[in-house]
Amino acid sequence: MSFLAEVLISLSLVVSGVFGFVGSYGLIKLRRTMQRLHAPTKATTLGVGGVLIASMIFFAAETGTVSFHELLITLFLLLTAPITANFIAKTYMARNLPEAELPKNDAGLGWSVYADPPARSDKASAR
Amino acid sequence: MIRRLVPHPLLSLTLLLVWIGLVNKFTLGNLILGLALGLIIPMITAPYWPNRPRLARPVRIAEYVAIVLWDIVVANFQVAMIILLRKEPDIRSHWITVPLRLTSPEAITVLAGTITMTPGTVSATLAADASAILVHCLHTDDPNAVRDEIRSRYESRLLEIFP
Repeated sequence: MSFLAEVLISLSLVVSGVFGFVGSYGLIKLRRTMQRLHAPTKATTLGVGGVLIASMIFFAAETGTVSFHELLITLFLLLTAPITANFIAKTYMARNLPEAELPKNDAGLGWSVYADPPARSDKASAR
Repeated sequence: MIRRLVPHPLLSLTLLLVWIGLVNKFTLGNLILGLALGLIIPMITAPYWPNRPRLARPVRIAEYVAIVLWDIVVANFQVAMIILLRKEPDIRSHWITVPLRLTSPEAITVLAGTITMTPGTVSATLAADASAILVHCLHTDDPNAVRDEIRSRYESRLLEIFP
């Protein structure tokens, strides 16, 4: 393996370690649930991304073939991380957060965690 | 005829690429198997996406993906700086209401995912009639600027992609 590849692999691993640590530290340091949600959704993305880049460079340098698995892991991670965060946020809002603490929206209907969607009388009668 | 056989070309192409990526080896057999999956799965699942939106402007999609990937990297550094450098009482979190111009569920899903992955914001919930999205911002001094940036940077591009 060339020296350049080794440097690049080490660099990505160190970067990913730092961001993984910062993400976990954020969980301890931040006080509110909604604030804590920011740490794992962002800082950890680059943490995992760094390991994946290191893995791609390693296999490219070691075996000479490009591995697609890492790209797929990145894709699935980018698809699933926001959904997990959204589920946690909604659960927290439904259990612990009174609607009065939230800003209003222009429609005046309330947020979907607390309020039902408006009745679709216009479409139902048209059918 | 082609429409009936390939009802969802984009899904077929995605399935083919993901299949080749999963087996991690490009051979003729894998290509044929991937093509078969890409043809059969969209046909079987067609009832589940009755009103799917048509995507326009492939160049814009590529631009959007590039911008979001770059912003994810920037977001990582920004959030890391906030966590490491700011004292806990100095972190001013805000709830922000972002009125939506997008209407299709797919477009709103993409926007909500983008908001969660990018600088200092997490999308929390939608208004009951999906006319606005509630966003939690980790730290900002000017909530209105964050709202305007989401609208101009992401939503206006998505409006072009989902016509």
